[in-house]
Amino acid sequence: MSNKACDAGRRDFLKAAAAVVTLAPGVTLMSIPAAAAPRPADQPASATQRWGLLVDTTRCTTDCTACVSACRTENGISGHGRPATDPQWIRKIELRNETTGATHSLPMMCQHCANPPCVDVCPTGASFKRADGIVLVDRHTCIGCRYCMMACPYKARSFVHEDVEDQRPDVPRGVGTVEGCNLCVARVDAGGLPACVESCRSNGNGAMLFGDLNDPKSEIAQRVKTYATTQLRADLGLDTGVRYQGI
Amino acid sequence: MKTVAYSEVQGLTPGWMTLLGGLGALIAIGLGSAWYMEHNGHYVTGMSNQVVWGMPHVFAVFLIVAASGALNVASIGSVFGKTAYKPLAPLSGLLALALLVGGLMVLVLDLGRPDRLTVAMTHFNFKSIFAWNVILYTGFFAVVAVYLWMLMDRRMGGWVKPAGFAAFLWRLILTTGTGSIFGFLVARDAYNSAVMAPLFIAMSFSFGLAIFILVLMAAYRWTDRPLGDGIVRILKNLLGVFIAAVLYFVAVQHLTNLYITERHGIEAFILRDGGIYTFLFWGVQIVLGSLLPMALLFHPGLSASRANVALASLLVIVGGLAQVYVIIIGGQAYPLEIFPGMEVVASGFFDGQVAAYSPTAAETMLGISGFALAMAIVAVGATVLRFLPVSLADEG
Repeated sequence: MSNKACDAGRRDFLKAAAAVVTLAPGVTLMSIPAAAAPRPADQPASATQRWGLLVDTTRCTTDCTACVSACRTENGISGHGRPATDPQWIRKIELRNETTGATHSLPMMCQHCANPPCVDVCPTGASFKRADGIVLVDRHTCIGCRYCMMACPYKARSFVHEDVEDQRPDVPRGVGTVEGCNLCVARVDAGGLPACVESCRSNGNGAMLFGDLNDPKSEIAQRVKTYATTQLRADLGLDTGVRYQGI
Repeated sequence: MKTVAYSEVQGLTPGWMTLLGGLGALIAIGLGSAWYMEHNGHYVTGMSNQVVWGMPHVFAVFLIVAASGALNVASIGSVFGKTAYKPLAPLSGLLALALLVGGLMVLVLDLGRPDRLTVAMTHFNFKSIFAWNVILYTGFFAVVAVYLWMLMDRRMGGWVKPAGFAAFLWRLILTTGTGSIFGFLVARDAYNSAVMAPLFIAMSFSFGLAIFILVLMAAYRWTDRPLGDGIVRILKNLLGVFIAAVLYFVAVQHLTNLYITERHGIEAFILRDGGIYTFLFWGVQIVLGSLLPMALLFHPGLSASRANVALASLLVIVGGLAQVYVIIIGGQAYPLEIFPGMEVVASGFFDGQVAAYSPTAAETMLGISGFALAMAIVAVGATVLRFLPVSLADEG
């Protein structure tokens, strides 16, 4: 990681933190910038919001895995030393353009599609999309058929192949069911940021931006409007909530 | 019209006990395997987050596809009025139900949470073809049960044709649904094609008839009932035509993909560079499971031997299992194309790599137990009810 990138990340972090203190003074979040005010527990998620993530691949570096580590800690995901069957909610991928030779590093997770194939194929409706665009798995009705894993274009889901221990209260998991990135839904509902985004800002290079794509004033909406961004497998017409800049 | 006499198979004979004992042992091993996989979690299988459907799905899909095909013999008699097939209709219906039970047992016992079967039966996402399949499978039992009732209760004779027609239509829709489980997968180059539905229908004709011929031959040999050359001849000729139909749809499937540049990768993988998958496709599915049985069934000299007809049927089953293996496992082993135009240099989750898969004994035994359960149901069914004609000798 270059010093310049680190400095830029720190600057953005401080800027965003300051902005939040002004906008939402009631929120006590250990000086972490919030994406929105907390949602009261008795109110459902609203379609007026569309949560999204923008990854700036020009800032993401090969040696940095801050997002992956933060996700594992936040969601209580630990492996058994079996990479083929251990769950992965977010992973780092290194790419090389076959024509130009340009290299890119980026995090890959559930793309929180507006038209998610995993939701279409799920026989019981366990795989579902919340009104605010977050794609989730209802662990009570998942029968472990793995059809969603067959359907996902991004390999974003994992099957829990063995017993899980030390679960986090906010993140119920269970052997025999399917799981994937939930965009740290409990943190978002509390007005916070997904753990990966927060860690990318504080420990990484500030390559990840979280916010409401439906709010024209939000930074993510501004960035998506101003710069060319990429939806992975855009040809499938899934309208992903996660966008990439720089690839 | 000549009345066909049916009778039960005599149970509890030494041969019957041996057969049921052997099948029971296989079923017990399969159930034990399922318990072992569920108790430990799926990490003890060859399946992974890369190859999420494995050997149990190969057997389950094969049996479910074969189930609808096994009903064809009855349909040809009832719907298309071919008199020679009519005496075979009850056995055809019984075999269809039995194969479906066997396939569904394997499918359900491989679920991550088989204890939630009731959830699958009570929560339906109607956009999911999988949910539709649950309805189609359940309905198949009802439709075929009514059809069998009409066939076997002489008072209901007038209803055989409409019941047979309903069952025929239902089985076509059912196999369309099974093929579409793969056909509707938008992101995988190996699937995502409307040809999967008719391909699966052709496969069902072929696999179902191959199993039917073997069951018929075994049942008549073991119960010392006459089975005429005439009936064997029409069945073996039909099997040859069905094998050709499968080959046609396989050719269409691959030619279409070969034309589409985006899909050259998956085609090169299956047809040329895929190692075990390429071997299974060309060696087992095409040569051993299609061309050789067609030669055995249509060669004037070779096809006169009943042993060769049985061998051809067996080869169709082996080739069919290989075909389903190549479709299900090969299609997943080939990596997803998430970044077109980019090469994946490194990934924490096997992106861009051909996935490894080695089926474990437990998975395979669970699959085989599905076959065993189907055969046991046929044996017990034919013992308690009159499914088998006393004689299928040629009419002199």
